Amino acid sequence: MILFILFSTITVKAFDTPNDGGGSITIKAYNVPETVKKALVYRKTEGDTTYTLAGVMSILSYRYVDADSTIKNGKPYYYRVDFYFPDTVISVVSDSPGIAYAQWYDKSKTSSLIFLIVFSTLVLVFIQLAKKDPEGLYIRKIPALDAIDEAVGRSTELGKPTFFVHGLLGITDAGTLAALTILRRVAKKVAEYDTPILVTNFDPIVMTASQETVKQAYTEAGRPDAYNEKNIIYLTYEQFGYTAGVDGLMVREKPGAIFLQGYFFAESLILAETGHSVGAIQIAGTTAKEQLPFFVAACDYVLIGEEMLAASSYIGREPVMLGSVKGADWGKAFLMGIIGIGVVLGTVGAILQSAGNGALMNVFEKILAFF
Amino acid sequence: MIEALGIWVAAGLTLAIMSFLYGDNPIYKFAEHLYVGYSAGYWLIYTWHFTIKLMVIQPIAEKQPGAIFLVIPLFFGVLMLTRWFPRIAWISRWSIAFTVGIGAGLTLTGAIHGYIIPQVKATILPLWTGNGFSSFNNLVIVIGVLTTLIYFFFSRPHTGVLGKTSKVGILFIMIAFGASFGYTVMARISLLIGRLDFLWSSILKLVHFF
Repeated sequence: MILFILFSTITVKAFDTPNDGGGSITIKAYNVPETVKKALVYRKTEGDTTYTLAGVMSILSYRYVDADSTIKNGKPYYYRVDFYFPDTVISVVSDSPGIAYAQWYDKSKTSSLIFLIVFSTLVLVFIQLAKKDPEGLYIRKIPALDAIDEAVGRSTELGKPTFFVHGLLGITDAGTLAALTILRRVAKKVAEYDTPILVTNFDPIVMTASQETVKQAYTEAGRPDAYNEKNIIYLTYEQFGYTAGVDGLMVREKPGAIFLQGYFFAESLILAETGHSVGAIQIAGTTAKEQLPFFVAACDYVLIGEEMLAASSYIGREPVMLGSVKGADWGKAFLMGIIGIGVVLGTVGAILQSAGNGALMNVFEKILAFF
Repeated sequence: MIEALGIWVAAGLTLAIMSFLYGDNPIYKFAEHLYVGYSAGYWLIYTWHFTIKLMVIQPIAEKQPGAIFLVIPLFFGVLMLTRWFPRIAWISRWSIAFTVGIGAGLTLTGAIHGYIIPQVKATILPLWTGNGFSSFNNLVIVIGVLTTLIYFFFSRPHTGVLGKTSKVGILFIMIAFGASFGYTVMARISLLIGRLDFLWSSILKLVHFF
């Protein structure tokens, strides 16, 4: 009798999984005694006479998300959950069928939308301001970019080629796009100094974009005749095959300057060490934070993360680029403001909570949950 | 016999690549060219089989639902081939522009949701927790994040207060780099041990075979 009263309190609800693209129903159990050993979820549709096993419910959260490929939006599904206790099994049927729907708006990403609107507005406003007064926008000195002329000049004096080694990500990566901007500057200098350049590529699309970039740089330098498409080469789409190829080229050609620009993985130190061993001046730039320490250790100059992205503005000084950097800075100030307010709220809330008043701490936790 | 041959080839190529530590030599050159050549060929076959054939040709041939939309990437892919014809090579830029545009859009939302918001959330910490050590820990995290953000301010000269705080920021960055360096070196040593273990077990297997 006691057991019956205990188990009769268990309820199971089946409902559409919120904030998804449909095709999923969540089954949640309530008032489940802690002695339950396992819980199996069964499903049936209208017209079915028997339930079929859908999956195993977690006995920590008492929740199961049924995202089986057969789940159709708008169609009712009936669920039964079998709770296994040490000496008995109790079956509980969901009080209503679960129906999956696709949501147009994902409420869990509201904070992302707010951030996106704030950042985009700041960038657009500062681009407009930069167009009106491009001279009024300041970009701080980035030593690694100033060193480009020095590196290419040294290569020229030594009569050695300049190497530009792209990272391993494709054209959609922001770091690769920044690398192309830096390549334009390097190629222009190389064309002016009449020094050979070799650009190695991991990705064929990046190679195409590099060819366009170098060609344009040579034209800007007034030396379109000196442009040689064969100096922008594709090696392979395999990480260490690419590394072996670049290393081989480095030790044979012995470049005077090496630019390692883009997103690198485990090959970063192998490339930088080989470049160092041939005595080249090395300027690296990457947004891969795990690889930055290796470049810092083995290269002469390093563009750290966002410095690489700001390079476009530093080199080009175009109003759109300058405005976007200024807008991004204000975006960072906005983030710092949010962090500052949050920290003050959390600290005061914690102090008040220790004094017996937890109201402010509740507000703080609700704000954190919003993010 | 075939297994033994495979072990010979794998161990031999490992040693050939490692011979680079001595310097550039014909054995390394052979292994390097073999590696670059086979991997380029492998990716050509892989792309043909798993991308072009499986994701484009097959769905269109089988008239799978939604296959009509595959015409869009196919069209942009074909445009890339115009690079072979100098007069119309500029058309290939459309494909690059399309790819860059899609990539930038996806990266923007991904960066906000995947990096910025979790970082902000993880930094909003109370500076008083009732425990001295955890309070100090929270303080270090908050100062570290704020000063590092200041280092990445580009539109203001790093002088005065901004200059001093950005120097604290670069100090935090360098400490993080040091920790990351040590951690990764440990992982690389583990990879080296794995490869040396492979070579040693290969030798033992071969001794046993003969």
